[in-house]
Amino acid sequence: MSEKINLVDSSRASSELGDKNYRRLDYLDQLESESIHIFREVAGQFERPALLFSGGKDSIVLVHLALKAFRPGKFPFPLVHIDTGHNFQEALDFRDQFAQTIGEKLIVRNVADTIREKNLTEQKGKFASRNALQTFTLLDTIEEFKFDACIGGARRDEEKARAKERIFSVRDEFGQWDPKLQRPELWNTYNGRIDKGENVRVFPISNWTELDIWNYIRRNKIELPSIYFSHDREVLEYQGQLVATSEFIQLEEGDKVSIKKVRYRTVGDMTCTAAVESNASNIDDIIKEIIATKTSERGETRIDDRVSEAAMEDRKKGGYF
Amino acid sequence: MDILRFITAGSVDDGKSTLIGRLLYDSKSIMIDQLEAIEKQSKNREDGEIDLALLTDGLRAEREQGITIDVAYKYFTTPTRKFIIADAPGHTQYTRNMVTGASNSDLIIILVDARNGVSEQTRRHSIIASLLNIPHVVVAINKMDLVNNSQDVYNNIVIDYSAVATSLGLKDITYIPISAINGDNIVEKSASFPWYDGESLLHILENVAVANDINYVDARFPVQYVIRPQTDDLHDYRGYAGKVISGIYKKGDTICVQPSGLQSVISAIEIGGQQVEEAFAPQSVVLHLQHDIDISRGDVIVKTDNLPTVENELDVLLCWMGNKPLKAGNKYLLQINSRVVKAVVKEIEYKLDVNSLLQEPSPDQAQLNDIVKVKIKTATPIPYDSYKKLRVNGGAILIDETSNVTVGACMIQ
Repeated sequence: MSEKINLVDSSRASSELGDKNYRRLDYLDQLESESIHIFREVAGQFERPALLFSGGKDSIVLVHLALKAFRPGKFPFPLVHIDTGHNFQEALDFRDQFAQTIGEKLIVRNVADTIREKNLTEQKGKFASRNALQTFTLLDTIEEFKFDACIGGARRDEEKARAKERIFSVRDEFGQWDPKLQRPELWNTYNGRIDKGENVRVFPISNWTELDIWNYIRRNKIELPSIYFSHDREVLEYQGQLVATSEFIQLEEGDKVSIKKVRYRTVGDMTCTAAVESNASNIDDIIKEIIATKTSERGETRIDDRVSEAAMEDRKKGGYF
Repeated sequence: MDILRFITAGSVDDGKSTLIGRLLYDSKSIMIDQLEAIEKQSKNREDGEIDLALLTDGLRAEREQGITIDVAYKYFTTPTRKFIIADAPGHTQYTRNMVTGASNSDLIIILVDARNGVSEQTRRHSIIASLLNIPHVVVAINKMDLVNNSQDVYNNIVIDYSAVATSLGLKDITYIPISAINGDNIVEKSASFPWYDGESLLHILENVAVANDINYVDARFPVQYVIRPQTDDLHDYRGYAGKVISGIYKKGDTICVQPSGLQSVISAIEIGGQQVEEAFAPQSVVLHLQHDIDISRGDVIVKTDNLPTVENELDVLLCWMGNKPLKAGNKYLLQINSRVVKAVVKEIEYKLDVNSLLQEPSPDQAQLNDIVKVKIKTATPIPYDSYKKLRVNGGAILIDETSNVTVGACMIQ
């Protein structure tokens, strides 16, 4: 990882552009400016915000936007990771190194500790996931640090329940989202007023799509964990999806396991994130593949959304991001 | 490539969701798994056809009831533009949602059912477009296939609608005959309307000139946050972080802080850590001033030769969004950009009938989804511009201090 984080856009000193386009922002500049504005609203409106950082591409982009919003000052919030214990090692290494490089505080809380302390029951089965238990640790962490705003990297193009969530999304003391009681969000005016015990989830990249994220990563030469690029990995083929073999997945007789050239399109838990077969070893190739793909990001890679038509809506109502 | 934000107004009956589904589908923005999911659901329906409307209905209750409850945002991209669609329900009781979706839109597509012509609903949507000052209007006359693609039907609707548009002062109106269900005139120009000499809907959306909507004259910079690292090497660093919502700021410009009136000169401008000579709307930047003057969040940095109005008595067109009624004398918080002040609604002058534009004078109260003209007094003067002149500095929200809920959208006159 490079020592210095590249704060400066590779693009657009205004003189470079022809006269006609002078003073016109392209779509990535517009999205960036909107996200920075949202970050600064969080800083201005809340006393104890936090940025949820997983080491995945969306949260990495979030941190880069925060650098643009607050440097040369420090972030007015720590980075927080709720570690399920089922994460990819590459993402965890990246997370630690990145936090160190930018010199910001990283708080990690482990789902395993919550399971032990609160006697929670783990899921059983082939792909036993801690996705649902994660919410317990998140809510405990919010309580521990009295966070009043949690910034997350969810995007509205990911999923149709997310398409309806506000940029400032108020959650009650159980972290629950009530889609029918959302505050109207007008112009670029964000109402972050809450009562004690409530908190707000803030989504600065709500209006970005998967492709926007990748184009921004390319333009700003943002570094990513290696698992986003093509590599050899032992995978289990299960109902058309490729799941990395690991200690967290129970193999059974008859399982089809092989080594394939894969990359990850999203990075979540090893138990619920599928890989895609790919030879794309650089950003340009990845962008070409994404433009050509016929399957949505979550549809291709998330085992957890397949459970029911309203899986995400239900999880959000229960306090999930 | 730039961004166009637009809202579609109409109900399921007008084919609104079909139109959006069509735009997403024909621009290849719907993925196979999403299509399979709605195919699966469509099978439960009697007609068995793929229901593109299911793409936009995100919540379980919406799917179950076949209605849209809330504003949903959808995205698609063509080689020339990124599009953000605010999909808001068109029924009377959801004026609140339409106003919300319209507040950020550069363009509105008003769907008219060719069989019904200009209806009460068409008028209502047009009135909201006019109140919210949406710069561009596309009147899409849908279901043309059900009127034999008749040019006469189309022409009569255009004549009727022109009268509505004139009475509301709507600008930049484009008319287009379409059939959303058949995809006629959506992405490609259709042969079904040989008498139509315009372009397809997507072509219109790709080419409408939104860059001209940005105001580069009236410079307004609401301060969101003050960056003060207070480290040894950056001991004296004090940067005012915010977004240029309109106008242009240059190094060396003489500025004035509102509402205090204090003056200084811009000594430096930073964008993402890089020093630049000028900043323009809608860039998020950091401004540095020559003098150490008192500035905090909510103040607006403007130029001395172009001042906003600074007043504490406001004439406001208000869309009421609260479940509890508004009565004269009620107190709220008023938030305009990053500034929050206490406010009282002194008087409800009239209620606007959004179907007829008639004014009902001095109503006792305003209910959810009502649009009323009110007088608001704020505890301290606020810097603003009239909404008609400068949308970005003339829109404000009212917040109920006891519930923290956003209860009103103010268009300051």
